[in-house]
Amino acid sequence: MNDSPSLRTGFPLTFGLDTFGDVHSDENGTLNSHAQTIRNIVEQGVLADSVGIDFFGIGEHHTDDYPLSAGDLVLSAIAAQTRKIHLGSAVTVLSSDDPVRVFQRYSTLNALSSGRVEVILGRGSSIDSFPLFGYDLSDYEVLFEEKSELFAELLKGSPVTWTGTTRAALKDQDVVPHLEAESFPTWIGVGGSPQSVVRAARHGYNLILAIIGGSPARFQPFSNLYLEALEHFERPAQPIGVHSMGHVAATDEQAQEEFWPRYLAVMKHVSRTRGFAIPTPESFKHEIGPHGAIYVGSPETVARKIAANLRVLHASRFQLKFGMTGLAHTAVMNNIELYGTKVIPLVREILGSES
Amino acid sequence: MTSPTSTTTLPRIGILGAGHVGPAIGRVAIEAGYPVSIAGSGDPAKIALITQILVPGAKADWPAQVAAEADIVILAIPLHKFNTFDPSLVAGKVVVDLMNYWAPIDGTQQLFEDPRYGSSEIVQRHLSGSRVVKSFNHAGYHEIEAERRPAGSPDRLALGVAGDDRKAVELVAALVENIGYDAVLLDSLHEGRILEPGGPVFGASLTKEQFAQVLTEKTAA
Repeated sequence: MNDSPSLRTGFPLTFGLDTFGDVHSDENGTLNSHAQTIRNIVEQGVLADSVGIDFFGIGEHHTDDYPLSAGDLVLSAIAAQTRKIHLGSAVTVLSSDDPVRVFQRYSTLNALSSGRVEVILGRGSSIDSFPLFGYDLSDYEVLFEEKSELFAELLKGSPVTWTGTTRAALKDQDVVPHLEAESFPTWIGVGGSPQSVVRAARHGYNLILAIIGGSPARFQPFSNLYLEALEHFERPAQPIGVHSMGHVAATDEQAQEEFWPRYLAVMKHVSRTRGFAIPTPESFKHEIGPHGAIYVGSPETVARKIAANLRVLHASRFQLKFGMTGLAHTAVMNNIELYGTKVIPLVREILGSES
Repeated sequence: MTSPTSTTTLPRIGILGAGHVGPAIGRVAIEAGYPVSIAGSGDPAKIALITQILVPGAKADWPAQVAAEADIVILAIPLHKFNTFDPSLVAGKVVVDLMNYWAPIDGTQQLFEDPRYGSSEIVQRHLSGSRVVKSFNHAGYHEIEAERRPAGSPDRLALGVAGDDRKAVELVAALVENIGYDAVLLDSLHEGRILEPGGPVFGASLTKEQFAQVLTEKTAA
């Protein structure tokens, strides 16, 4: 009874959609161009707003199958056509960017959207931006530590004073555009590094747990670590979120039939670059079951799983990574609609009735 | 936290690294009854919270102290930090190498770009005063807790244990078995290459029988 997320951390439930800019296919099964992919994302963001989804996030990627390197521009197009939905990165690869530029871009988007920006900082699971922008992956820790510290300073507003080893120092620097009101919500996305959890608490960032495989419940110690660390650093409570991938369709069978071949194709590709074993129908069944990390099924199936995992992870935000590469655009739009109109109200109902 | 009563009979596990992998291994080792010490990159105060929440029952200490007191050192540092790791820290010790080298993820590391050797052979050449054992590398660190099963369970998974020193291999194999996995012994670090990324075992979740099958196929090929 007393472990419902809102009671544990005191934050309202919010629901988001994340995309990495996955290239989808048209009605004939032909893969869309990069340009069409980007235009479709705007359409997806606008639909998400219209069906009551709280957040739409774009994960920075730099590859042929995820051509979304300038997500903030895409978000500004969505901002121009929407009124309520919050818009943000999921994630911004801060280590290979300049925190001052990241702040400037999102502060600009915050102005355009009248205060609807959220930023998620992290590494993401890909490393493409490091060689692209001339960074050495070996410097990852110092880059992320220094830049997340500087970004926290920037969020406090100008003037900004900061010294480090990874970029030029700032002394009483005015960084514009100024924020209109308080700073926008900023999260750190964590994939399993306890230091990143502690760092998020130390700098006062919200926490997003990126759970892409295995049992979500195994992340509970990270939620506990975050809450303890916030207390340790004498900071107020802050929300915890969960990011996982999935796909919603009218029935479990339809969702699995649509998702599995695309997931298998992506994982075959990923296994070549990462050395992992290719998933089997059995391992897939496990991942979409109650002890796995993937949310595939009917609105009821997905809602039950989201509710259970928000509860166990003391989380108040869920972000569904939707639209696996190669899915049909129509299936993706259907997923967004069902998530907004069916899944989210169901999760609210399940968790609301327990608290 | 109550200490298991068997701690006096089991070797002390010293974990170097409090990142993704170190605390996960530490937690299951403690639950198997092993005494565990853990170190981050320096001052134990910096990992006090992590230790308290993620590895309750473990002792956080300085790296040199953790290594000195350990019977089995678990080297759980990021691979790209290995070229600056001081071999004297673990001289004379059994060292479990659970690192993987996979250039698309780690970036190209010159030290490991030698096609003649597996990554653990290179680690052994670097740590010439230690007895290196390759294990745990092919299982996801985040699955290590959930996939444990009691001995004899039909779905108990196997972990490869490879090394050039038989006694060291047996010590680590016992750890693997006590944690909740079947140990499949490989006679040398060179044979341990079959456990590496891109190989048939990596990330594959195999039972002992399935593992044996893979080894047979590999030999026949």
